[in-house]
This record gives sequence, C-alpha cells and structure tokens, in this order.
Amino acid sequence: MLHEPANRDTAPDLAAGYKSKLGLILFFAYAVMYAGFVIINLTNPEMMEITVLWGINLAVVYGFGLILAALGLALAYDSLCRKREEAR
Amino acid sequence: MVTAIFLAFVAFIVGLSVQLGRKTKTSSGYYAAGGQIHWFVNGIAFAGDYLSAASFLGICGLIATQGYDGFLYSIGYLAGWVVALFVIAEPLRRLGRYTFADAVDAPFNSKGIQLAAAISTLVVSLCYLIPQMVGAGVLVEPLLGMPHHWGVIMVGGIVMVIVATAGMASTTYVQFLKGGLLIIFSLVLVVAVCRRGLSTAPDQGGSVPFHRHKTIPLVQEDAKTLTAPSSGLAVSEIVTTPLGEKFAKLGKSGISTWWRVDSREDGESFIARETECLVRKADGTRLVNGIPESPVNKIRQVGSLASIAGEPNASTGPVSPVGLIAAIGASGTKVTRWKESRFTDAEGSAVTVYHPSETDGSRLLRPGMRFKVNGTWLERLDFASLMLGLFLGTAALPHILIRYYTVPGAKEARKSTIVAIAAIGAFYVLTLFMGLGAMTSGVLNPADSNMAAPLLARSFGDLLFAFISAIAFATVLGTVSGLVVAASGAVAHDLADRYLALSLSDSSKILLGKIAALGVGAVGIALGIVFKGMNVTFLVGLAFAVAASANLPAIIMILFWPKVTSAGVIASITVGMISSLGLIALCPDMWGLYGLPASQAPIPFSNPGIVSIPLSFVTLVMVSLISSKPNQGA
Repeated sequence: MLHEPANRDTAPDLAAGYKSKLGLILFFAYAVMYAGFVIINLTNPEMMEITVLWGINLAVVYGFGLILAALGLALAYDSLCRKREEAR
Repeated sequence: MVTAIFLAFVAFIVGLSVQLGRKTKTSSGYYAAGGQIHWFVNGIAFAGDYLSAASFLGICGLIATQGYDGFLYSIGYLAGWVVALFVIAEPLRRLGRYTFADAVDAPFNSKGIQLAAAISTLVVSLCYLIPQMVGAGVLVEPLLGMPHHWGVIMVGGIVMVIVATAGMASTTYVQFLKGGLLIIFSLVLVVAVCRRGLSTAPDQGGSVPFHRHKTIPLVQEDAKTLTAPSSGLAVSEIVTTPLGEKFAKLGKSGISTWWRVDSREDGESFIARETECLVRKADGTRLVNGIPESPVNKIRQVGSLASIAGEPNASTGPVSPVGLIAAIGASGTKVTRWKESRFTDAEGSAVTVYHPSETDGSRLLRPGMRFKVNGTWLERLDFASLMLGLFLGTAALPHILIRYYTVPGAKEARKSTIVAIAAIGAFYVLTLFMGLGAMTSGVLNPADSNMAAPLLARSFGDLLFAFISAIAFATVLGTVSGLVVAASGAVAHDLADRYLALSLSDSSKILLGKIAALGVGAVGIALGIVFKGMNVTFLVGLAFAVAASANLPAIIMILFWPKVTSAGVIASITVGMISSLGLIALCPDMWGLYGLPASQAPIPFSNPGIVSIPLSFVTLVMVSLISSKPNQGA
C-alpha cells in the first residue's frame, strides 16, 4: 500500500496566507460562474435550449464547462501554491 | 453467475477489511488511518466516499426519468468540491485531529462546541445514511431476489463488520478500490451505450424484444359510455383521477387491462393508450397487465425514443458521446417517458398504472422537468435553494471532513482534493451519458428510477450487470462505512472522550467507537426501511442542506473572521441544524411521506438551504458580536 510518514506538518506554513488569499479569489471566480448558471436557469430557462456547439445546447455545454472549470482552477491553484511553497 | 460475482466481490471487501483490521492498534489508526494514507489513494477514496448510491443510482435514475434536471445534481455536487479545495482543505487540516468537532473547537476548547458539533455530526451522518440504506435495498431486491428490508439489513450488517474490524484504514482502501472501479466501469458502460447507438425500437441488443405500446380509437356512445369496437376490447369501467387523468378498463377473454384515455386534437373523439398496470386485489392477488404476477410476467422495462429527428422508425448506429446528446436534442426527436398514477377501481382493488407520453428531446436536455424553473417564485426559490445547498454542502459533510486527517499534512490534503475533483468530475460527466442511455434503451423499471444504471448494464449482458451491481453495492457499503466511522467518532471521540472527559484508554476509545458504530448502523437500518421508495438523490440533497446549514458557517467563520466566539459557533450550529431539519419536516415531500396531501404542507418548498444557511451565518455573527465583549469564552 502507498503509505507516507505521518504528521509532516511540524514547521509553520509560510505560504499559508498567500494560499488562503488565492483560494478565496478562485472560489469567488467559480462562484460567479456557478451563480450565472443558476440565474440563467431561473430567469430565462429557454435560453438553455439554444444550440451552441456541435449540436449541443447551452445547458449541457455550461454544465460540462462548470465541471471542467473546477478541474482547471484546481490545477492552477495547486501549481501556484507549489511555486510559492518551493520559493519559501 | 451474477450472484456469484456479486457475492465474491462483497466477500473480497469484507476480507480486505478484516486483514487491514489486524493493523489497527490505536485510536488514531481507527479514526484517521494513522494519518498515513498517500494523497493519491486518499483522493480516489474521497471519490469513493462521495460517489455514493445517490450519485450512481439516484442521479442516473433522475436523468433517465427527468432529463437534465438530474444532471443538475452532478453539477452541484462537483461544484461543492471547489469550496472544499479553495476554502476548507488546508486550513481545516491544520486545525484539527480527527473530526469536525476537533476542527471547530480548536481555537476555543469549549464544552458547548464539542457537544453541538458532535450532535451535528451525528445528525448529518444519519441524514446521509438514509439514502444509502434505501439504495442498498433497491439494489438487492432485483439482484438477489430479497425484499427491500433484507437488503437494508444485509448492508447494515456487513458495514458493521467492516467498521468494527478496522475503522478508517479499511474504509479508505475499500473506497479507493470502489471509487476506481466505479469510474472505470461507468466508462465501459458509456462506451457500450455509444457503440450501440440510439433506436426507436430498442431491444437490448436483441435479448429483449421491444414492445410497442398500442394506441386504439375509442368511440363515445353517449355522455358516459366509451367503446373500443375496432380492437374487440370491451370497456367495463372508466376512472378519473384527482389530477384529471382518465383511465379505461378494457378487456377480452377474461383478461382486463387499464388504458389511458386521451382526447384527440379535435376535442370530440378519444384514443386509448396501452399502459403497464399492476392491480392489487383485496385478497392479496397481484395482477400485472391482467395476468397474475410471476417471474415471467412482470411490469415491462420501458423508456425509448418515439422518433429520431422526426423519423418514427430509425436508428443511429454507433455514435460519439457528442453525437448521442445531439441526436436526443435534435429537432423532431421525441422521448417516450412514463408516469405513475394510482387509484382504486370499482372492485376496491388498488391500481397502479404506468402510462406513456412523448416529450421533445430538446426539452429534456434543459432544466425544468423536475424543478419548476418556469413556475412561481416559490418554485424558483426551491431550485435556487437546492443549488445553494449542493454548492455549500460538500465541504461540510462529516465523512468528507474526516478524510482530511487521514493524510500526513495540509499539502497532501490539497493534492488529494484535486485528485478527487478530477475523479469525481470525470464520473459526473459520465452520469449524463448513462442516464440518457437508460432513458432511451428500453431498460427502465417504471416503478423505481433508482435501478436505471444497473438495468442499463444488464442490457449489455450479465457480466457487466454483475460487475456494475457489485460496484454499486460496494458504493453503498463504502459510503455507509465512512458515515458510520464519522458518526462513531462523534460518539466515542467528541462526546465520550472530549465532552464528557471520560479519560478512556486508547483501546477503550476504539471499543467505544465500535459499539457506537453498531448503534449507528442499527439506526441506519431502521431509517432505510422507513424511507423505502424515495429517490435517493433527493434525500441526499436534503442531507447536504443540513450539513451546509449546521456545519459550514461555523467552519468558514472560524477560518476567516477573527471576531467569532464560542457562543456564536454553538448558536450557529444549533440554529442551522434545527432550522434545516424543521423546514424539511414540514416540506411537501415529507408531507407526502406522512400520507398527507403535499399541497397542504406548511412550508411550500422542499429545499431548506436558502433560508437555513443564511440564518446560521447571521446567527453566528450576531451572537459573536453580542458575546464578544462581556465574555470571550462560553
């Protein structure tokens, strides 16, 4: 089994402040996208039926987009956090 | 063979658990796997924990019956991980040791917080346990031929063995295995669906002939009498339901079946549409489509395309995933969906009728079939409330939170969350294809949408069905195990060890945790039997709302607001929990469960989050501000 040594967090994380701020920025960016999805559905659900790409409607494209955006932002967050952690 | 593969898989999981149990000697090992799990294993185990019966059974079932509205759950569940990663993961890992209560109590060491957080963990875990247990019963019923309640008891029993043997270590590796297999076999299923393509006469690869339900003309003899002269069937009874649906009992040669009566477009003549009907007579006899129910005479599997791009007899052949969605959403594509109606006939028999209607494919591929996004402001509010609860609930689920303590440190917590997002996101993309595949492949059981994915797998052969069912069962086992560990941790660690300060030895803590696991498992079994028949995804949505209301405000504010006080945290958890549970108890869906008219429910919406989450935040802020000056601690 893939086991790691326990409790490596003995030293204070000097990048914690940066990561916390970055996390909040990315969280709000995603929250805006998510809120946009909910608002379109609430105010103009017919708009979701419009075909936008390869015969697929806005509802499906936006839904897949939210899933992919979550992964994209997560990878960007990890990359930026690692850079800062290594710099410290 | 199906049963053998299924039982072998379950035996393997229990065996793995017992084997890992031998290595668990400390309470840290029992509750947090010693903090030694690799981040990648933990990430996939996150996915295993998270992709519960609700995700696999419930979402696929909802998409298969309600279209895109089921996929909204996939989007909301995945979006919740953004909150977990960006806001919660690393800070929470730095705060606590084993449990949610540890984390929120870390800055205060308050008895009140320990008690409130432990109760909240128990309540949320039990709320989440209900749909898992319901899903277990749903799975075992067709697979092993057992009644629903035996399925629930079986899962509860196996989980008690798993948790009582090894705790978090075995749960983690079971989840890792299950999470990985679930994604792999879901991909296999989607590839199989695309290779088979779409057809207006799906025959499950030739194994089950497609039954095209008939439509016959009716003639109105006088104001009260309809006849069906062209079919040779005699109309013996007509029933109109409170919703205005009209059904006619048509018979020939002593066999009577129920047909739905529709007006033609001219409004003056009528047609009858063949249904699937189940009649329960007063003497206990059950008739399916007019003949006694038997293993060879059951309600038919349904769900198909009535036309593809305007063609009533068409098939696409193999399609790409994009092509599959495009074909269903194309102009002129219509999907035959099935609705349930119940009434009592003239003989006093209870009649359940499943009857078809056609819906544009394009309409099914946007929200609105289940959630009334075109409805009243209250109905729209209910939808917004659901999406808010899903977004904020993930990061507050106790069995997810404890997994942050199974890795060595905060960086590993972050990395395992990213692995989880990738794995869970991939699975949720697949749910849309599995759900649409089940919707159009003639595999749906109209009486139970939860079995859509396993039944879709069965249409590709017994082997895939066996694996998918075994994985689905392991899904339930794994998630229930995680919930039971979280709940037992609340009892043994938060309540006994910390709140009551019983000064237990390490072995006593483990023993108490195992006893608590047995108790929680028993309660879960009872609730799983009581809630039989409710869609598991809907139930999970409610659990998310309770978690988001009771736990999330406290976590967020402790991490980001320096003025928070212990009194504020206690008040927030208490108000969030009570308000969300209270709103659920009085909502239309629960009114239906009580056997009362849903329209008379005191609360007109079913998802409490939009009220209870802000209420919990406001309570925390107000109580913290009030309590901060005179007394900083509680």
